[in-house]
Amino acid sequence: MFFETLKLAIQAIARNPLRSFLTVLGIVIGVGAVIAMVTIGNGTTARVAADIAKLGSNLLFVRPGQFGPGRSSAEAKPFNARDIAALKTQLHRARAVAPAAQTIVTAIYGTESRNTTISGTDNDFFTALDWQLTQGRSFLEGEIRSGRAACIIGETVRDELFGNAEALGQRIRVNKVSCEVIGLLAAKGQSSFGTDRDDIIVMPLRTFQRRIAGNTNITAIYISARDGVQTAKVQADIERLLRERRNIGPGAEDDFSVRDMKEVAQTLTATTTVLTGLLGAVAGVSLLVGGIGIMNIMLVSVTERTREIGIRLAIGAQESQVLLQFLVEAIVLSLFGGVIGIMAGLGIAALATRAIQIPFVLDPMIVFFAFAFSALVGVLFGYFPARRAARLNPIDALRHE
Amino acid sequence: MHSPADKSPALIELKAVSKIYGAGMAEVRALDSVDLSIDDGEFVAIMGPSGSGKSTAMNMLGCLDRPSSGRYLFKGVDVGALSRNQRALLRRHYLGFVFQGFNLLARTSAVENVELPLIYRGIAAAPRRRQAMKALAHVGLAGREHHSPGELSGGQQQRVAIARAIATRPAVLLADEPTGNLDTKTSLEIMELLERLNRDEGLTVIMVTHEAEMAAYAGRIIHFLDGRIDHDATNRDAA
Repeated sequence: MFFETLKLAIQAIARNPLRSFLTVLGIVIGVGAVIAMVTIGNGTTARVAADIAKLGSNLLFVRPGQFGPGRSSAEAKPFNARDIAALKTQLHRARAVAPAAQTIVTAIYGTESRNTTISGTDNDFFTALDWQLTQGRSFLEGEIRSGRAACIIGETVRDELFGNAEALGQRIRVNKVSCEVIGLLAAKGQSSFGTDRDDIIVMPLRTFQRRIAGNTNITAIYISARDGVQTAKVQADIERLLRERRNIGPGAEDDFSVRDMKEVAQTLTATTTVLTGLLGAVAGVSLLVGGIGIMNIMLVSVTERTREIGIRLAIGAQESQVLLQFLVEAIVLSLFGGVIGIMAGLGIAALATRAIQIPFVLDPMIVFFAFAFSALVGVLFGYFPARRAARLNPIDALRHE
Repeated sequence: MHSPADKSPALIELKAVSKIYGAGMAEVRALDSVDLSIDDGEFVAIMGPSGSGKSTAMNMLGCLDRPSSGRYLFKGVDVGALSRNQRALLRRHYLGFVFQGFNLLARTSAVENVELPLIYRGIAAAPRRRQAMKALAHVGLAGREHHSPGELSGGQQQRVAIARAIATRPAVLLADEPTGNLDTKTSLEIMELLERLNRDEGLTVIMVTHEAEMAAYAGRIIHFLDGRIDHDATNRDAA
């Protein structure tokens, strides 16, 4: 009898293609939306976590002035070469101390030009930021001391200026300075803030100060801690040393700030977690709307179904047989919609994660939850109106308008 | 099914059956202590104005409803004592229904509609299809088996309904205003079909109608009035 019931249910589904389609659609939208949204949210979080790892481990970022609204590092006294020398010799827990000064320049090669960021620094920059060269070499000791016009360029700059041509050994113009390309940086891609980290030219600090900036200001210091050293200890060392060097009396506020990039990372991760939660909530609403859709279709079709139930009861079907048929119908539709919804959700998530370059992180619990919820709604609203109808006197069911 | 070993000679027997709806002042006696006996092979027409109790009597005879008091014996079995499921089984095995509004499943072919009661009887697919085709041929619908109700005229739909009712070879065919939705010419054709089934195959037919012209086909006409049998007579004009 079970196979007969299954057959009856499938026949009933096939005989009402529109109703079946709408029911399945509700489930597909609900399940698909939740799976797609949550998977994209999880991918974003994973991407941010991976970016943070790429930022360089144990990285501390120092700049003049305090972070925060209404404060500008421009007003505070910049660092100087002696500060850097002191940090390099006295910070025993640091692996690399890289001074940096930056500005925006126009880089030109042949007929190609690009506005990009230029950083004046030394070789510790690559260590601190954990940034490899794909070709060429880093700066020579003599180049750093003498301030030679040598530069190392990021992937975006290389692509814009040189395209498929060989970049190494060529000379580019940076503002009015002619500069030899001695190295190419590995591509880092976009940062979590959406900026292109490969849009950069790096040159020796002294060259930058003399020929680009025209001053000896150092506006940032990148410091990475040695392996196994707590960044908090290095941060305390930096603060003590810089307070001393900048003559800040006891009780007075720092006129510089030290940021542990790990903390920034944690803030960012927390933000993306909230974002995932938000996407999940939006998806939850889709699920609810899908559920209401299923509910509506099921309730609207009850008039027609009630007559059908009346007919079946009058010609000798037992209440339990009619109910079993309706239950099987609801289960078949829910399963069908659920499977399509899962495939659609995963498909959309796969496309979207590829499009915005984030990893595809699947959470099986979400797949299960979305499916279970939709199936439950489908079954409940397919079954309970049918149960009410099946308990009617067959004659009343037949007269149902 | 038409076992001669039955103790009760009558196929259907109502003994002081009442059906009361509501309670107290709002009490309505749809049937008021009705005694009625119908034998195997009869063709009975039940007539009466609306509210006379004829539809209630029909529901009672069709085991769709239970008496408030009195006893309804079908083949000697007290229907009032049966559960909902047992009454469903009784309908499945002994009764066939034809309704005024045809009540076919929409978007379902004629032969699938006729197969429906056979499915509930647990008949396998192949013999079920054969039996359904035979029943359709019997009501003059050979060649229309795969049309859905929407593609058939009212008269043809009612023939499908009759085929559905007789496909299980029931003991009794209950027809509730079977010609109520049909024009006169088609109505007469349906009546001739019912009469033929009664005469040639000994099928017991009980039909509710308010048209004397249709009742004239029956061998016995029962008039209801205010929940009681007003008049019960053999129809001498019937063939």
